[in-house]
Formats: sequence, C-alpha cells, structure tokens
Amino acid sequence: MASITLTSVKKTYHGNVTAIHGLDLSIEDGEFVVLVGPSGCGKSTLLRMIAGLETITTGEVRIGNTVVNRLEPAERDIAMVFQNYALYPHMSVRGNLEYGLKNRGTPRPEIDRRVLEAARILEIEPFLDRKPRQLSGGQRQRVAMGRAIVRQPKAFLFDEPLSNLDAKLRGQMRVEIRRLQRTLGTTSVYVTHDQLEAMTLADKLVVMNAGVIEQIGRPLDIYADPQSLFVAAFMGSPGMNLVDIERLRGLVADLPASIPSGTGTIGIRPEDIALDEPATPHFTISATLEAVELVGSESLIYANAQGLSEDVVLRSQGIHRGNPGDPLTLHIRHEVLHSFLRETGRKAAA
Amino acid sequence: METKRTVFPNKVLPYLFVAPQLIITLVFFIWPATQAVKSSFERADPFGFSTQFVGLTHYIRLFQDPLYLNSIGRTVMFAIAVTAISMGLALLFAAAVSRLIRSSQFYTTLLVWPYAVAPVVAGILWWFLFNSSTGILAYMLRYFGVIWNANLNGTHAMILIIAAAAWKQISYNFLFFLAGMQSVPHSLTEAAAIDGAGPFKRFWTIVFPLLSPTTFFLFIININYVMFDTFGIIAATTNGGPNQATNILVYKVYSDGFIGLNIGSSSAQSVVLMLFVIALTFIQFRYVERRVNY
Repeated sequence: MASITLTSVKKTYHGNVTAIHGLDLSIEDGEFVVLVGPSGCGKSTLLRMIAGLETITTGEVRIGNTVVNRLEPAERDIAMVFQNYALYPHMSVRGNLEYGLKNRGTPRPEIDRRVLEAARILEIEPFLDRKPRQLSGGQRQRVAMGRAIVRQPKAFLFDEPLSNLDAKLRGQMRVEIRRLQRTLGTTSVYVTHDQLEAMTLADKLVVMNAGVIEQIGRPLDIYADPQSLFVAAFMGSPGMNLVDIERLRGLVADLPASIPSGTGTIGIRPEDIALDEPATPHFTISATLEAVELVGSESLIYANAQGLSEDVVLRSQGIHRGNPGDPLTLHIRHEVLHSFLRETGRKAAA
Repeated sequence: METKRTVFPNKVLPYLFVAPQLIITLVFFIWPATQAVKSSFERADPFGFSTQFVGLTHYIRLFQDPLYLNSIGRTVMFAIAVTAISMGLALLFAAAVSRLIRSSQFYTTLLVWPYAVAPVVAGILWWFLFNSSTGILAYMLRYFGVIWNANLNGTHAMILIIAAAAWKQISYNFLFFLAGMQSVPHSLTEAAAIDGAGPFKRFWTIVFPLLSPTTFFLFIININYVMFDTFGIIAATTNGGPNQATNILVYKVYSDGFIGLNIGSSSAQSVVLMLFVIALTFIQFRYVERRVNY
C-alpha cells in the first residue's frame, strides 16, 4: 500500500498531439480516487501511465517513495482491472488468479492460500476450475477483481471496469468494489465516464477535461460547488442549467445584487428550481411546460421561458401531472445560484 | 446459422451453373485418381498394350522394397526439418514484426515475397547459391573447411532441398502467425505485463497458447506442402539424388512411373500418398476445431 504522486505529468504523442497537459495529483495511501471525464479527456491515458503501459513524456510519477517513470509495469507492484476484464482465456479461473503470483515466485502453499482467500471474498469458489468463457459477465468481473486482490499490490487501477455490465449488475458491483476497497484499504485509482459511479465510489474525485484537471475534491463538494462551467455541466444528471446572464436579466428584473461582476453565466441545479413559492429570498421566471419525464420517485420537467435559448430542467419530487403548454412559475432562491466568469468559465468569486 | 436458399424457377439451370466445376473435378481429379487406384492393382507390359490383374502385389512389394522404406525415412526427415524450420522462423519473424509499430507493413510486404516464387524457381535459386563451383554459399562454406558438393554428398543435397523448401514456406506461415498474433487482444499482454511476466514469458504463456489453433492448422498445411508441393524443388535441383538421398515419396512416384515406367508400382505409391492426405485432412477437420484452446 502506498501513496501515488504525479508531478507535472505530460503526455505527447508523436511529438505534436498532447493528451495530458502537465498535471499534478496526489493520492493518499488508502484513498479511493476516481478520475471522471468525457471520452478522450485523457483519464485512461493517465491511468495507463501510472500502470506503466504508456510512457511518460515529461514529469514524474511516484508510487510510495519510488519514482516509477522508468520501471516496467511488473516492477511497479500495481494491479489493474481492465474494461474487457482481459482474463487469460486459455487458463482456468484458478490459473488466472495464480498467474501473477507464480510469475513472482510466490511459494505454492502461499499461492493456494491467497487464491482461496480471494475466491472466498469474491464468492467465486465454485468457478475456480472453469474457463472464463463459461462465466457470466458479472462472474468474469469478479475474477478480474480477484486477479487484482490476490497480488496484494500497492495500488489498484480500474479502467472503466463496470461499463460492460448491465445497469443492475453495475449497481451491485459498484457497492461491492467500494466495500472491498474499504476492507482492504488499498490505494485505488478508478477511471470512469459515468458520473454516478464517480460520485458514489470516490473519496476524492478528479474531474478531467481535454487533458487537464478541472477540479479535485470530495464528490459532494464538487457537486455543490463546481469551480467551472465544464464541471457544472458534466456532474449531475441532468446537468446544471446554464443560463446567459444577459438573457436572464431581460427576463428577471430583481436578480440579486450579490452576483459578482464579470459573471457571464448563471448555473442552477435542476433540484434547486421550485414550483412552490419558498419562504427565503427568491426570484421567479414565468415559463411554459414543454415535456415531463416521469422517473418514478421524481419528475424531470422541461420548461421553456421566453427569451432563454434552451429549455430549463427542473427536478420535482413525486409525480408531476401536467401537459405541454401549461404555464409554470419557476421559483429560484438567491442562495442556489452559481456564477461563472464570462472570460474564463471559472467560478466567479463572491 | 440460417443459410439463404435460392429457388430457381428453371430445373436445369442450377445444374448448368455447377457443371463447369463438376466437370473439371471429374476430369482432372476423380478420373485420374480412380485410374491410379485401378492401375495399382494391375501389371502393364512395357508398351501399355495389355494389363493383368495382380491384386495387392504392388503394395506388398512396396513395403518390402528397401528403396521405398528409405524414401519414407527421407520424407519423414525432410518433412520434420522443413516444418520445424519454416514454422519456427515464421513465428520468430511474426513476433518481431508484431512488435513494430511503424514499419510493420513494409516488413510484411518483404517477407511475403518469397511466397510468389514458384517451387522450381526457389529450387534453382538455392541450387545456384549452393552450387559447388559458382555458388556464393558453397564458396563461403569453404572458409569453414566444408567442401560443399550437393551432387556427391547426400547430406548436402538434403540440406539444400530443406533450405529451399523451408525458405519458400516461411512467407505463408509468417502471414498466418502474424494475423493470429494480431487477433490476441492487446489487453491480455498488458495484463500479463502487470502480472509480472517479461516479454518472453508473455509470449510463451499467453500469446503462443492462444495461437495454438493457428499453429495446428499450419502444421497440417506444412506437412501437406512438404509431401506434395516440394516436387518442383527436387525436380529442379537434385532429381532425388545423389544415391536416393533426396528421393522423397512424391518424387519417387514420378521417377518410378515416368522414368522407370513401372506404372503399377508408381500407382500404388500414389494411392499410399493419397490415403495419407485423406488421413491428414480428416485429422484437420476433426480436431482443428477442438484444439481451440479457449
């Protein structure tokens, strides 16, 4: 077990395409860090650089106290779970679990002990003598996890390990991965494009976009206080409503004076828009209902306000009965507004 | 899988469509084969005017003939050497090329060229290289104290045809091995690298086992190649000599039948070869699927 420290890490392909632009990140011992971002943001590349599967163009990667830039993947003492599981198809489950231990010359009794222990933890004991092709997706996923934990490495690296599973299984495995990591206390870096996975798994969340880190923080802090337009739009489903301030001014006369100067865009979370009038200071927007999505426990209401370029989404508890064209009054409390600078898209200081 | 059926309104038309293929197969394959089986049971007079049924005489004599038994031994040695060398080198080249990123296309093209060379030409090429008076390889061997003469030394002659036959077959094996290696998912070797396996270990414990269907397929194909297609190489170089040293089965069929004019024995030999191919083909179809390792 160890910490992982990245210092000014940069990745350039063929000398001209830059995938990672000089990035700093420190991961504490035992921490579960999730890298989240859209496809092509460099999160997988970053993970593969930690694993040693991609070279590091410039900068430094440390695992524990060792600089690992020049070390082979095997010498870094990390384990990785791949998106397609990468189980060795010609070996039994037991063979898959043993492979890494055998390569390291672990004594036979120790191998057997660790394999059985991992199999017990992951409940794959009945399948030890089967080949991967005889297993279901969820079982393969467990074997891939097992292959990582038998090694008792310094860190686990997960490369979108749940994206090949169906939604229900994904939810289960998410909980299990979290529990397993808590139990073992192994430093983990987890890459995903699914912000729900990111929110639920992470101790520390790293939101990436186009090869740079947009924001680092605890999941709820990032959700509550996004530092840039990108994070505001990316985190949350549906994402934050982003409204141009000039258009909003044209619609609302009594915008709060607390909006910082230089603000170009106002963000409002869907759940922060109320249909009923709140007691605290607020302003209102008149809109018409465009569509309602009933999710069961809540309703997503798409409303169109004259003068705004995009529909506003709001989340309302329970089932909202309404028809397109119905008039709505949207109540927005002053304290829920997020202001972003026109120039940079970063959060405006209050 | 459901196959698409086409129904022809005309009853005769479909038969006309398959007729060319059927006629060619019948005239050039089935008919000569049955003739060979027939004449293997017969003795013909030197002028071919009369034949006499002799039963299994040719077959019995064949397996008592020291020359034929010698030929079997030579063929086995030749087949093992050519298959091992051509598959081994092809595997090595494929492993090397699959590690390249930029110039792999270029190397692949170069490595495939020998396949376009006809066996006779390949034979002549190596015959020139190993020619005892003008060949550059024979000349170089002299520095190592080897007086090279494939016309007199049976071992030298065997090495010559092994080199020519293996050289030509490397291209084919290389292509299949390369395709096989490229179909092994990259993430498997990456996972093995993280699991602490070095490049050699990764190759022998992950890539090679996953190539086993390809290897088995190539093994059968190579044996078939050595047994039949190498005729041209021998006809162009050693003519089975010196002193029967390179007289492999397929060449012996030809030399006994068309040079020695012993049609009956030659036919019996070709029937034996035919049975061998049938057995190989059977094994291939029967086991090639099952040998798939995953």
